[in-house]
Amino acid sequence: MSHSVSPATLTGRYYDLHEHDHPEGGSTMLGFWIYLMSDCLIFAMLFAAFGVLGGNLAAGPGPKDLFDLPLVALNTSMLLFSSITYGFAMLAMQRGQKGQTQLWLLITGLFGAAFLGIELYEFSHLIHEGATPQRSAFLSSFFTLVGTHGLHVTFGLVWLTVLMVQVGQRGLIAANKRRLMCLSLFWHFLDVVWIGVFTFVYLMGMLR
Amino acid sequence: MSAAHDVHGHGHDEGHGSLRDYVWGFGLSVILTAVPFWLVMSGAIADKGTTALVITGFAAVQIVVHMIFFLHMNAKAEGGWNLLALLFTVVLVVIVLSGSLWVMYHLNHNMMPQGTMQGMEQAP
Repeated sequence: MSHSVSPATLTGRYYDLHEHDHPEGGSTMLGFWIYLMSDCLIFAMLFAAFGVLGGNLAAGPGPKDLFDLPLVALNTSMLLFSSITYGFAMLAMQRGQKGQTQLWLLITGLFGAAFLGIELYEFSHLIHEGATPQRSAFLSSFFTLVGTHGLHVTFGLVWLTVLMVQVGQRGLIAANKRRLMCLSLFWHFLDVVWIGVFTFVYLMGMLR
Repeated sequence: MSAAHDVHGHGHDEGHGSLRDYVWGFGLSVILTAVPFWLVMSGAIADKGTTALVITGFAAVQIVVHMIFFLHMNAKAEGGWNLLALLFTVVLVVIVLSGSLWVMYHLNHNMMPQGTMQGMEQAP
């Protein structure tokens, strides 16, 4: 900073005469991907907490007393079905079929809602049995990890509903396509996180 | 608009999958989900450590399958920045997970009552 800058170079740098065109939303997909990666770190923290605390039962009920694997398998299939139906929505969007896109989005939303319903049923069942988050460190970290995933799915459903309305009102315009692609990443990302949850929380819990 | 887009080569439209991609991804995911559930529910492998290792392997493969077929991950998307961000995140996740488990395991181990007893026995 010690050398002086002549006004001529300053102005020369200030006016970017050959500025190239940045199309609207040109960096949205990368930005959204980086958001997802930061979200991934949140889940990594929660998985680490569960990994550390998962064995601390405080003489309370353990995974084998609480988890119902057929129910978890059903839940997993709901999320997997919602992943491929979202894929079909994207394919319909690529073909420019507005009605088909909305129909597949609706089916995706129903599978997502079924997933949430089953998860809430499981949670209420656990709490009814006295396995509340306050019971042990295992249950605290379990509810935090699985609950955070469920919260993500909930917000995904809100977003999906909003997009269905937007597509209905304005059709498959470029902005809506971009939003649908972001939600696609978000939705498939949640399924990836669920792979970790059912493997490390439920299946490993039963092996413990 | 779209012409300028193409000339510019920001390449948004590469990010979509085809029906083939989704069907392959779904089929593989069903297998990679069903097998671990079956292994744990039936107890097909007697040794629990081996079962845990096998289902971890299945989870890792399924995550890669989802990344490729559903999230359409490749080295070209967004000029490679997507993949770079992903790799960086994977490194961080591995450090966070393995570091936490390792440190806390040893902490637990060293703070266990038996550990204290052994220490006392050795003391004069």
